[in-house]
Amino acid sequence: MNLTKIKEKVIHLFFFMTGISAVVILLGIFLMLLLRGVQTFKDVPFFDFLLATEWNPSAYGEPSYGILSMVVGTFMVTLGAIIIAVPLGIGAAAYIADVASPKLREILKPVIEILAGIPSVVIGFIGIVLVGPLIAKTFGLTSGLNALNGSVLLAVMSLPTIISISEDAIRGVPKDYKEASYALGANRWTTLIRVTLPAAISGIVASVMLGIGRAIGETMTVLMVTGNSLAMPHSFFDSVRTMTATIAIELGEVPYGTTHYYALFAVATILFLMSFIVNLVAELVTAKRRRVRV
Amino acid sequence: MKQTKFNEMMGFGILGLSAFMVMLILCIIIFDIVIRGAGAISLQFLVDFPKDGMTRGGIFPAIVGTFLVTIITAFFSVPVGVSAAIYLSEYAKEGRLTRLIRSSIRNLAGVPSIVYGLFGVAIFVGGLHFGTSMLSAGLTLGLLTLPWVIATSEEALKTVPQSYREGALALGATKWQSIRSNVLPLAFPGILTGTILGLSRAAGETAPILFTGVAFYLPKLPGSIFNQFMALPYHLYVLSTQHHAIEQVRPLAYGTTLVLIVLILMLNLSAIILRYRLRKKLNW
Repeated sequence: MNLTKIKEKVIHLFFFMTGISAVVILLGIFLMLLLRGVQTFKDVPFFDFLLATEWNPSAYGEPSYGILSMVVGTFMVTLGAIIIAVPLGIGAAAYIADVASPKLREILKPVIEILAGIPSVVIGFIGIVLVGPLIAKTFGLTSGLNALNGSVLLAVMSLPTIISISEDAIRGVPKDYKEASYALGANRWTTLIRVTLPAAISGIVASVMLGIGRAIGETMTVLMVTGNSLAMPHSFFDSVRTMTATIAIELGEVPYGTTHYYALFAVATILFLMSFIVNLVAELVTAKRRRVRV
Repeated sequence: MKQTKFNEMMGFGILGLSAFMVMLILCIIIFDIVIRGAGAISLQFLVDFPKDGMTRGGIFPAIVGTFLVTIITAFFSVPVGVSAAIYLSEYAKEGRLTRLIRSSIRNLAGVPSIVYGLFGVAIFVGGLHFGTSMLSAGLTLGLLTLPWVIATSEEALKTVPQSYREGALALGATKWQSIRSNVLPLAFPGILTGTILGLSRAAGETAPILFTGVAFYLPKLPGSIFNQFMALPYHLYVLSTQHHAIEQVRPLAYGTTLVLIVLILMLNLSAIILRYRLRKKLNW
């Protein structure tokens, strides 16, 4: 009997250890990035790093480590993606949740899932062969590899996130809300716009935040289609290089332990913090909703 | 009254159009890849090594590499992920620690894939001295899929009714015995579905393997888990951006894309069908 008890205890302990693995890994990632990242600032003043626009770590004599241009690049493609994906995504989510017949829903939901499953490198390839030439032709540019192309592709990549989470939120609105609205003589459209969507707003906001997180952290698509120029971008037709792309391009050829090496970890630290904040906001909005519901 | 009816029609029309646009995007992507990729596919393409500086030949080593590294990923993320899910669903009491664990899982899911790559470089390639190898890349992808496996497995475990656990406990079974005999078998198909979906993500990832083990070109298959490997997604990246004759190898790039997409769609589809049949069967 005692042996069984010990066995149960050991099993419990084992599951507990795997259970907290997520905490350990998250903390491990953050510490690893931070400890290496801060080494940069032995050579580069912190504010120069954040606010200077020139990034040229391999310049002979006087290398420069300003990340502002790539931060602007990241924000630009993300903003563009959100402008495209938010109306489209929420519209599609509302349609699937509130308008589509059950049969149509059975078709649309797997479509969203399959779209979510397409690898980023494939989306990037589509950007090179389809979206790029289309942009170049439409706007009379010599190359379609620019911020606009990145935005379009990131919109495609964040659509499934926005749609599936928004749809859940819209479907989660209690039936009585709608029925009360119908009883007052409102039609389905007015009910959707005035009652259902406002009631689901926290979930919708969370979906948009997670979509933003996806766009900020995406590497391969932007690496393939934004042209990767280091200059400060002035419009969506300019080539940009994002933070993720910089890491992907440079980490492979940088010698271990140099300032350049640590600077890439500093970039990754900032990237990590950005996605962490975006996730946190998403979590806070949904947590608030839960409290209101109960 | 007519005005409101008109508004409703317009409104629903716009919503329908958005949904249609999303479907159209998927159709265009699939259509383009299938139409232009099909021409490149032949048995030779699937079983040959790349030849003449990757301007001819096939993608056999990339298929094998992706397959092998995904298996390593599964070996790490499935046991750890399912165990963590068992802890959360069966053992954990709601409290501060459990909230912290759940919050960490959600945050891990949001960490950019390139950051996982850096972590893999620091821990597996450097720290544990696995070098740039299949093992390092597989473990890195394992970390990336872990939050996904935990979340879907926990959901599957949660669908098993409480009475099944209580029934076993009432007969004198210990907690673990009740989990093993009455919970896990019922949750198994759901866990499998989630795991397949997670692994299909891993198979298509490029950024995490860039610096942890994938190779531009290898003349032979990897002999051990400590060797470098070729992978389909990275091969596509190389053919479409890094190759010296990008236009010339475009058909090969399309062929690679088609193989990658078919592989991932097959995994996705099997998971979706599995879940559909499961839902029909499980009407408690």
